[in-house]
Amino acid sequence: MRAASQILTESFLDVRAKLLEVAATLDRIDRSADQDESLSSAAQGQREQVDAAIQILLSQGPDRAERLQKLFSRDYDSSWRQDMKL
Amino acid sequence: MDYIDPHIHMVSRTTDDYATLARMGCVAMSEPAFWAGFDRRSVDGFRDYFHQLTDVEPKRAAQFGIQHFTWLCINAKEAENVSLSRDVIAMIPEFIECPNVLGIGEIGLNKNTKNEATVFLEHLELAIKYDQQILIHTPHLEDKYQGTRMILDMLCDDSRIDRSRVLVDHVEEHTIGEVLDRGFWAGMTLYPVTKCTPDRAADMIERYSGERLLANSAGDWGPSKPTAVPDLIFEMRRRGHDESLARKVVYDNPIEFFSQSRNFSFVPRDSGSESDS
Ligand SMILES: [Zn+2]
Repeated sequence: MRAASQILTESFLDVRAKLLEVAATLDRIDRSADQDESLSSAAQGQREQVDAAIQILLSQGPDRAERLQKLFSRDYDSSWRQDMKL
Repeated sequence: MDYIDPHIHMVSRTTDDYATLARMGCVAMSEPAFWAGFDRRSVDGFRDYFHQLTDVEPKRAAQFGIQHFTWLCINAKEAENVSLSRDVIAMIPEFIECPNVLGIGEIGLNKNTKNEATVFLEHLELAIKYDQQILIHTPHLEDKYQGTRMILDMLCDDSRIDRSRVLVDHVEEHTIGEVLDRGFWAGMTLYPVTKCTPDRAADMIERYSGERLLANSAGDWGPSKPTAVPDLIFEMRRRGHDESLARKVVYDNPIEFFSQSRNFSFVPRDSGSESDS
């Protein structure tokens, strides 16, 4: 296994570029929202998901990717078979 | 490194792709039946498709020294049409004895509807009746978690299903644990944007070891990269992992899983004899 420092060093420029893309996209949305009307309710929901995702990135723990995936997922209801009568 | 792509749709790829895959070390592939990009209008459309999968593609692949295997079904997207699905399921036994057929697949869910679940359950009956292995498609994006849980419910509620003969494909970080914990095989799909990158696949191999884990390109007619499996091998190598770990995921595991199918007559490149399957 590679050392943590090595992984960070090797990934740093890539992570930096991806964070810049996110920052620039958020700026672009806000710029347009200033001139235009505000976000539709569907888009507002997406915007809130992005904010929640950024909070997950700032949190600790070994499972940020898994938690991000669950954030972007529909809920599972264990009674689905009864509900669908299957 | 010789490798096997366990999920690739070669009917949608060019002959040049076969040549490239052969040069990159692909020695065998399995092609599940899937959605053609349009809804077929009759059972005969599927009959022609199954002919292509069982007769035409094996010959195309053989020109490049690649052994071609396949899986039959009506996919989850077209399963919304239940009466057509039933006609196709009734026709599949015409092809089930073809020498390259490994089982029923890729069956699963798309939008997690009642019709899709109904047709999924009827495919399970077909697989059980003919003692076939099963290859499963899990939904995309926001539907994946819910759909994967629903699929696992249907499989685990049926005691006749042998979990070690079922491959659940397109797993990601939020579904892989449950699939492996419940005793199924799991496939990671290396697909741009909507599924998993080679880096994230390598992370999952590190987290879950390589046990019962496969990697595929799911190369098809959409944005996809048929050479994605060699990208994963390269990423594992770049991280300094033993060659044996990558080889387990891209070669040994597909052979171990497929060998449970009586039609898996794979011949390794450097031996003249068939694997004992
Ligand atoms: Zn597929």
